[in-house]
Amino acid sequence: MSSDATASQRPPAVEDPRSERMEPEWLLLFAAWGVAAVATAGSLFFSSVMGFTPCVLCWYQRICLFPLVVILARGLFPLDPGVVRYAFPVAALGWLIAAYHNLVYLGVVPEGLQPCARGVSCSEELVEWYGFLSIPLLSLLGFTIINVLLIAVSRRSSA
Amino acid sequence: MKRTLFVVVGLVLVIGFFLSASMVRERRAEELSSLAEEQSSIFVRPHSPTLGDEDAKVVFVEFTDPACETCAAFSPLVKRILEQYPGKIRFVVRYAPFHQGSDEVVRILEAARKQGKFWETLDLLYRSQRTWTRHHRVVVDQVWVALALAGLDLERLREDASDPTIDEVIARDLADAETLGVRRTPGFFVDGRPLEPFGAEPLMALVEEAVRERYPG
Repeated sequence: MSSDATASQRPPAVEDPRSERMEPEWLLLFAAWGVAAVATAGSLFFSSVMGFTPCVLCWYQRICLFPLVVILARGLFPLDPGVVRYAFPVAALGWLIAAYHNLVYLGVVPEGLQPCARGVSCSEELVEWYGFLSIPLLSLLGFTIINVLLIAVSRRSSA
Repeated sequence: MKRTLFVVVGLVLVIGFFLSASMVRERRAEELSSLAEEQSSIFVRPHSPTLGDEDAKVVFVEFTDPACETCAAFSPLVKRILEQYPGKIRFVVRYAPFHQGSDEVVRILEAARKQGKFWETLDLLYRSQRTWTRHHRVVVDQVWVALALAGLDLERLREDASDPTIDEVIARDLADAETLGVRRTPGFFVDGRPLEPFGAEPLMALVEEAVRERYPG
């Protein structure tokens, strides 16, 4: 009897129409998820379809990128800005590795420091779109956008 | 609304991925078949070791690395395929020494070829591969140990293996591999058609199809 009474006091299971409103935080998180998903698809396209073997640094970036697609999607339904706490460290780490990879690719970091072992070189040029857009640069671009969006979400939700 | 947006974007990504993947594969197959027609020399160079009837109509090309495990694993299957269609297939070996130190093994193979023992040596190298590779690297000393059984004149073999013209052969083959998009070994082509998807069954099917096309009835 008493459990029935508490159940009837709970808010109705039907979703509040207001939650269907697209909060700015939701849109920011959704955009971050979209970038992570596009980057994941692109990375798999390069390796599985074009047949490029990922180098060591690429693998470290992929380790940071792939889980973001799942983690951020979880934060979207229902909207949970707290997901940034879990996603940001991974995204930030990915950004750092991507930045380092670009230094290796551009030859700023000397050859001897390259952590690449047999077979695939981290500085091998596979794609150069419009004369400058390389795979490491695409990665850095993706991680930069994701990090900026996640920082924006955390600013908004803490404000 | 949110869910719809999420699902739509996700679906567009997944469908887009597979559509563009099949487009890329189709275009690559077209490019290769036109390459096969216009400049078949890219698949078979005059220096390439060939096995089988000179007049055989089906050209079966393998870009191989003697130190590649999968190449060694495919070797019995390749032999079986050649036995299955006697006189109909010309088998061509191209070098793609991607493993560290494999170019040394290619040199030894080319030297063995001068003694008329290319195919026996290749077979022996594949079968003893485990004894002369460590962590995907070639241990050249162990290659020589493995060769002791091949009945080769090892003295002459050492001399011939340092012939600088072998470098040109390797460079030519690597350049052709690059042009044909071979990034992994073994890289199989049957009448210019690449093996896609990779596997034993698809390889048998690819050869069977080519034989049926060239020898109808």
